[in-house]
Amino acid sequence: MTAAPEIGSARPRSEDARLITGRTNWTDNIQLPGLLHAAFLRSPVAHARITAIDVSQARERPGVVAVFTGADLADEQGSLPCAWPVTEDMVLPDHPPIAVSEVRYVGEPVAVVVARDRYAAADALEAIDVDYESLPAVLDMEEAIKEGADLVHADKGTNKSYEWVFAAGDIDAAFRDAPVVIERRYVQQRLIPSAMEPRAVVCSAVGDEYTLWSATQIPHILRLMLATVTGIPEHRLRVVAPDVGGGFGSKLQVYGEEVACLLLTKRLGRPIKWTESRSEGNATVHHGRDQIQRLSLAADSDGRIRGLKVDLLADMGAYLMLVTPGIPLLGAFMFNGIYKMDAYHFKCAGIFTTKTPTDAYRGAGRPEATYAIERLMDELASELSLDPLEVRRRNWIKHEEFPYETIAGLTYDSGNYEAATDKARQLFEYDKLRAEQADRRDRGDPVQLGIGVSTFTEMCGLAPSRVLGSLSYGAGGWEHASVRVLPSGKVEVVTGSSAHGQGHETAWAQITADRLGVPFEDVRVLHGDTAISPKGMDTYGSRSLAVGGVALYNACDKVIDKARRMAAHLLEADEHDVEFANGAFSVRGVPDQSRTLQEVSLAAFAAHDLPEGFEPSLDSDATHDPDNFSFPHGTHLCAAEVDTETGYVKIRSYVAVDDVGKVVNPLIVEGQVHGGLAQGIAQALYEEAVYDADGNLTTTTMADYLLPAASDLPTFTTDRTETPATTNPLGVKGVGEAGTIASTPAVVNAIVDALRPYGVNDVPMPCTPERVWRTLQGGGPEHSAQPGAGGGLGSAGGEA
Amino acid sequence: MIPGSFDYVRPATLDEAVAALRDAGDEGKVIAGGQSLLPLLRLRLAFPEVLIDVASVPELRGVRDEGSSLLVGAMTTHYEVLRDPLIRQHAPLVAAATSTVADPAVRHRGTFGGSLAHADPAGDLPAVVLAMDGVFVTSSREIPAAEFFADYLTSTLEPDEVLVGVRLPKSFAGWGFHYEKFHRTAQAWAIVGVACLVNRSGGEVAAARVALTNMGSTPVRASAVESAVSGGAADRDAFRAAAGSAAEGTSPPSDLHGSSDYRRHLATVLTARALSRAADV
Repeated sequence: MTAAPEIGSARPRSEDARLITGRTNWTDNIQLPGLLHAAFLRSPVAHARITAIDVSQARERPGVVAVFTGADLADEQGSLPCAWPVTEDMVLPDHPPIAVSEVRYVGEPVAVVVARDRYAAADALEAIDVDYESLPAVLDMEEAIKEGADLVHADKGTNKSYEWVFAAGDIDAAFRDAPVVIERRYVQQRLIPSAMEPRAVVCSAVGDEYTLWSATQIPHILRLMLATVTGIPEHRLRVVAPDVGGGFGSKLQVYGEEVACLLLTKRLGRPIKWTESRSEGNATVHHGRDQIQRLSLAADSDGRIRGLKVDLLADMGAYLMLVTPGIPLLGAFMFNGIYKMDAYHFKCAGIFTTKTPTDAYRGAGRPEATYAIERLMDELASELSLDPLEVRRRNWIKHEEFPYETIAGLTYDSGNYEAATDKARQLFEYDKLRAEQADRRDRGDPVQLGIGVSTFTEMCGLAPSRVLGSLSYGAGGWEHASVRVLPSGKVEVVTGSSAHGQGHETAWAQITADRLGVPFEDVRVLHGDTAISPKGMDTYGSRSLAVGGVALYNACDKVIDKARRMAAHLLEADEHDVEFANGAFSVRGVPDQSRTLQEVSLAAFAAHDLPEGFEPSLDSDATHDPDNFSFPHGTHLCAAEVDTETGYVKIRSYVAVDDVGKVVNPLIVEGQVHGGLAQGIAQALYEEAVYDADGNLTTTTMADYLLPAASDLPTFTTDRTETPATTNPLGVKGVGEAGTIASTPAVVNAIVDALRPYGVNDVPMPCTPERVWRTLQGGGPEHSAQPGAGGGLGSAGGEA
Repeated sequence: MIPGSFDYVRPATLDEAVAALRDAGDEGKVIAGGQSLLPLLRLRLAFPEVLIDVASVPELRGVRDEGSSLLVGAMTTHYEVLRDPLIRQHAPLVAAATSTVADPAVRHRGTFGGSLAHADPAGDLPAVVLAMDGVFVTSSREIPAAEFFADYLTSTLEPDEVLVGVRLPKSFAGWGFHYEKFHRTAQAWAIVGVACLVNRSGGEVAAARVALTNMGSTPVRASAVESAVSGGAADRDAFRAAAGSAAEGTSPPSDLHGSSDYRRHLATVLTARALSRAADV
């Protein structure tokens, strides 16, 4: 009997019931005897010197156990780490977890109250008096780099953290006498990652053994970093990421609140919990995107690309956090997209502003790059009066040309852009929609139809350690897995990848079940606790399956190798004659004599009769360090109806054909694509972190920072082509970010396409109804986002 | 976020509720479904010392037929309003607007009277009740809708006055109706909303009512539009022409979702659309 293969089966996720009902181990659900609660007082101003803090009143408040300022902790709180010094001369300011003498963004912690309950802690914050001496806010990157600009870090003498350049081919030659040159300035607005679960931390100390539970994506990296920052030895610190409700990069961080809670637990000898509110989170989780892109594309008159110049300003915010400066570099190798060209020049400057620090946000660098090139391809098509799919076809790498070394120096191992595009075009009914578009244009319909194309690729599976080393990243990109075959034949899988909603417990069990020939239900997946899973590089950058899944695959192979030797011994056969299939070992040609993996495991455990030198266990470990990134790709097509009277954009249909290689669980892949599309569409239409002229974040609630819900999104049509990755035995590529990366330009391209007859060639993101309408009025695509008082919750404090 | 501390009382009768409010002086606040007040408390934008929860006051519940009008109890939830046969029959505009309020979770807790007493000009129901000339029935008097909304988040309710319900006339039987809500996401407040009732007589408009959401510090009647369409043709061109004056006399806010100018523009476009939908042309 052969069981149906688990790999490729659309199993509902085993973790869903507990995650969806919330009856599980969220950090905020953790209760410990004597638990105290922390609350942080945060700067209400963008930039100021702290001249005095008086906490004496707060200390007297009922229920308050202790109050600390940055100065109180100055000797031990250290500086929050930045693990990616992208250049040798990068300006890296000191970043105290609690500000000591100066605050540089609204929301920066200035004091912390520890009290017997959350309410007492929150009330006591109001009794702390802080004197601020105002310093100038620095909000505009282009102003910040001018001579004599106000400085975020006065002692550094500049607002520029670094400048990083990549060049390939003869860019001057590519632009010299080019028949077509397209120059554009695009703005990637600032975004606020909005995980369903807010950040939360619980710390406890027993003797000199510390445990920190955190809603984090990176328990392993966090442990090392917290040990380094606080001086608590790494082997005395256990970090647990219990069930974590989403991250999107925002929990790929070492936060000041984590450091502070650990230090306060150490000082007070009592367990401490802190859970942020949504408004607190909006101001203080690291933000994403925020780039000004100056782009030039040179092409021949037939549409063939000659060269691309990219000049970025990337907003770092006030400080460099864990990988802040490296985010634009993750995009640096992607601006060329799926296209061939003769020359490429990339320059990026990291700029300090008095805003919340930025860092990784779903896609991290690649959405910015993909947006730029996919918008430019549409502009090129328009310039040459070519169909946007045709101009892409003329430039993309043909399927027979793989593996292909791109102008940016990456080797794309596999891909088939033709197949994905053909499929998408068919599902979308491209020609029919083009006909309708023409009809609406002819009729002067107030509701115009636009078609947006995005033929994207991305690099994921972070990452080959040698590549990370060459980019000065502070760690490697391997991943670890252990497979433990228990005496009863049940299997425990330990992964260093730290799931926070991705469904590892299901997918990893599917891989293991197939490889070991055991039932799916017999596999348990353990993760997210440095005491249980001591080795790992955690989850981000769509790396889990392509790196961690491959480690698991290899560990399973090692189990089989060990078991084969044991089975040969039990079957009194030569190891080379023993075959393994469907969970059982048998001697070639003698199928009726066999031993199941469970029998072999029990025999190894009993250890009564082992082969010479055999250790009594089948348990195996593997660490996988990939040779190359993986390169998912796909073709996304968006049809948008634009109401020219109001500027309202309605997505009418959206087709996503993704090629993520081999698929372990199609249901999980579809879920990732749906969520990714929602997030990418949200950048195009809804989300924007807005600061007022004084540097106050005004989008602190979900009434002002708009996220789409299911009712705001179309029914997605998703499909796949399957071109396996050639760089790993599973043939997988990764899917965690693809939807986000692909969809933003597809939507904006659709809006611009609808409005081209009106002379429109850009609408800035997010394409709010007012911005679309103003663009149509010829008033220029001005940013309309102006904080102020209107109806609704967000402005309930004031009036127009 | 965590609200500041407050006392909580839950009176069982209307008289007890009024007494509790009187005892609290200026520091009391009635809480109904809590869908507007609780966020304000949690954001520490409001600091009442006493919350008077009227959930157990029976006089405030349900929809009653009073002959020529309906009395909609203040504590009737949006969900109950949507399912109420009397509302559907006699005040379908109320049901249409209520169906656009926030999301199902909010509609199950939020109340008809609570959202009106909150007097948020961005709320959907104030414009509807204004358009219908509803009457606010309180623990001590009756207040015509035109006199109820005083300012941004401010009604003419006295500190010791409890809203019991709203009387809605049945006189709009047979009128066409529409609530045109313009917002960026389904759960967001209206950037601009238009509540509209049209009484057609053949190809003409006999009478019309138009009121606007979020076009000022209170809901606003678009009287100029009402006059312009009354007695005129029930067709799109006429409506578009009449709607040109929809923003007259308004002072809409500027905020993250739309500038004042844009709201004025929207008011004209949306009013024309609302009239067309209500008149079914």
